[in-house]
Amino acid sequence: MMSSISIISPGVNLTVQDRGRPRHQHLGVPVSGALDPSAHRLANALVGNPGAMEALEIRMLGPTLEVNAETVRVAVAGTRAPLEVLGEDAVQLPAHQSVTLRRGQRFRVGALPDGSTATLAVEGGFDIPEIYGSRSTYGRAGIGGLEGRALAEGDVLPLRLDQAPSRGEIRLSSDGYLDETGAFRVILGPQRDFFTDAAVAIFLSSAYAVTRDADRMGMRLEGPELEHARGYNIVSDGIVTGAVQVPGNGLPIVLLADHQTTGGYPKLAAVISADIPRLGRLRPGDEIRFEEVTVEAAEAAIRERETGLRRLIDGMIPAGAWLDEAALYRENLISGIVREADSAS
Amino acid sequence: MVTDTEYDPSAAKFLSAGDTALVVQYGETVDPEVNRRVRMLAAALAESPPEGIVDLVPTMRSLMIHYDPLVLSRAALVEAVRPLLSATPELAQTTRRWGIPVCYEGECAPDLPAVAEATGVSAEEVVRQHCGVDQEVFMMGFLPGFPYLGLLPEIFDLPRRLEPRVKVPPRSISVAARQTTIYTVDSPGGWHLIGRTPVNFYDPKRAEPILVAAGDRVRFEAISLDAYHAAREAVKAGTFDIRCDDE
Repeated sequence: MMSSISIISPGVNLTVQDRGRPRHQHLGVPVSGALDPSAHRLANALVGNPGAMEALEIRMLGPTLEVNAETVRVAVAGTRAPLEVLGEDAVQLPAHQSVTLRRGQRFRVGALPDGSTATLAVEGGFDIPEIYGSRSTYGRAGIGGLEGRALAEGDVLPLRLDQAPSRGEIRLSSDGYLDETGAFRVILGPQRDFFTDAAVAIFLSSAYAVTRDADRMGMRLEGPELEHARGYNIVSDGIVTGAVQVPGNGLPIVLLADHQTTGGYPKLAAVISADIPRLGRLRPGDEIRFEEVTVEAAEAAIRERETGLRRLIDGMIPAGAWLDEAALYRENLISGIVREADSAS
Repeated sequence: MVTDTEYDPSAAKFLSAGDTALVVQYGETVDPEVNRRVRMLAAALAESPPEGIVDLVPTMRSLMIHYDPLVLSRAALVEAVRPLLSATPELAQTTRRWGIPVCYEGECAPDLPAVAEATGVSAEEVVRQHCGVDQEVFMMGFLPGFPYLGLLPEIFDLPRRLEPRVKVPPRSISVAARQTTIYTVDSPGGWHLIGRTPVNFYDPKRAEPILVAAGDRVRFEAISLDAYHAAREAVKAGTFDIRCDDE
């Protein structure tokens, strides 16, 4: 029998995502891929996968899943929501730690307490077809994932491995990357000249809020309106992930992984690549501010992010310490205390 | 083959789209000459692309060069692009010419009466002028396999609809601003729907899901509603041959 994972309950918008299709935008194919590429890479590293392998992307509320394989190794990243093993051996395991589950076991990730997006990686990945070099789901065009759509109750997602290779479980030495704060760094342009100087000053000094009108394609923001200097229609040009476009109502929209490849609204700025992972974790109600940086500063920032990620991945440690903690969780002795100690350190 | 033009390449501007894309903007208007310049730069870059380039997205008036900032710096990319601004390679892609059947009748053409009224000619004349020219694919964008074609005769110099539709059916042939677009999947849209083709410009189940590319030429051929339905059945059965001449 083919090994698989069954979707008992999908949560809010459970999709398969990898790094997307960046090389086919010239055919109108959106990039898609993980909203939080850092967490996606960390989750994969925790289960021993190449960083770009497809994994499950959780939005707001996680899924309940069942193992139909001898064993399967999984890990969650991008959140501090625990991975809850259900049934006889019920236990709560912290995120950022690998765990191996047996046939028939059910596990779940509940509501995300700290962001909109998390990644659940499975060792060996999913045995599903590739389209344009990626297995990322892009629902609008029916591309990728399982039948080109978000996962639903009753779906069966085929696994490449029948059983997880036997080895010790590991965890990240720190999940502090989730605590980054501060303004999102942007580079102005390509249509900076479509806005008044006053609008640019307002954009760079105001607090905006992420509205409920937020999905994998983009987030509408609420806050001070930005005045156009030269109208709000341009002859369509290309779009990057993180682009801040401003339609006629003057309210910015930050475009995310599923953004259309080209568009006809002026784009005032773009969030730099180093800040895209954190952008992908924002949720409705969150405050967002913007700060201008140069291209050179952005290049230094992405190198720094890359170094930090490599250090985290190279520095993964045996999960023993947290396994003890897990035992304590099971006995319900210390739940609040450990978390407090973590955040204090 | 496209030879050198009067266009002054020194007018090109470098614009930032974050730290992962450089925009080379040749103009801000819809002009086939500007678009050819854009595609010539894409062709020249594609011949020996600097390491780190991820994708080249030509649009009507600018080229977006997506790149990996961990591999290629902005400064190095600008240096590599600058000498190519006036390059005039042949546009090899222009050899494909597609014959695409379109039904311009009834439910396939909800906006045809309004377009006829706005242009001051009969519906038959609108159709005749839309079919009567080879249209060039200027760019692909918005959604998978979604082409922008033109340049259409002047009667098609129309603004978009005041009220965009929430949902445009796939395979709709639409016009505005002297261009044609073909909706490939259910999506919102503000262009005027004057026809519908039985052909899938995007089909995720096909070996090559996307039909056309920038530089291709397309000639639309008017068919009846009956012929449309028959062709649609053939497309679904996988027995419809899409005509394409490779010159």
